[in-house]
Amino acid sequence: MASGVKPRVKVPKSAAAGSAITIKTLISHKMESGRRKDADGNLIPRSIINRFTAEFNGQSVIEVMMEPSISTNPFFEFDATVPEAGEFKFTWYDDDGDVYEATKPIAMA
Amino acid sequence: MELTRRNALAIGAGAFAATILPIQAFAAADEAIAAFTGGADVGEGGITLTSPEIAENGNTVPVAVDAPGAVSIVLLAAGNPDPAVATANFGPLSAAQKVSMRIRLAGSQDIVAVAKMADGSFVKTANPIKVTIGGCGG
Repeated sequence: MASGVKPRVKVPKSAAAGSAITIKTLISHKMESGRRKDADGNLIPRSIINRFTAEFNGQSVIEVMMEPSISTNPFFEFDATVPEAGEFKFTWYDDDGDVYEATKPIAMA
Repeated sequence: MELTRRNALAIGAGAFAATILPIQAFAAADEAIAAFTGGADVGEGGITLTSPEIAENGNTVPVAVDAPGAVSIVLLAAGNPDPAVATANFGPLSAAQKVSMRIRLAGSQDIVAVAKMADGSFVKTANPIKVTIGGCGG
């Protein structure tokens, strides 16, 4: 599923050095579980995003492995420490090999 | 139907199978936990699972896991066709070892969270959720 996938990320514009911030991410994706059937009774093949990572200036914040039990349009909320000004990089890995990326800069307050 | 010895045995066998089936569903979750812990003892406490008591729509059930000091968390839905839901690994810049996500549940069941702590120990917690409409299609 390479069409209509749109990552959305909410990161504060600035933060104090060393403080913790909350990040929310959402990506539109149908997350086909591989267990549903179409109108003719054929199984719809699995097509999900199986991995999500969040990094800040190359250092890992969180990594999530996803299974078909994750909802449509996977949403994550987590906390990150911001030691300095820089850039968050969010990456989603699709079953079909596609990689979706989003970046958000953050400044020091 | 006449109640013969053969029929009585058949009914008994059916009842036995009905009681053992849910145990098999839990066995799949137990296997998933064992695969994560490597067979180590799993303690209680130090991990919080926040979930609704009743989820009207099993397609998106919001859950949050909070395990201070954890390096990774596994979330399992014991009553789903495939119990594994997600595995979260926390990196050095993770401010708090907690994560919220939305999951699918096939029906009313217990969801289980297991956390691996920084010292190598494991803790787990479970929450029952009632699901009005299951979220696995079919």
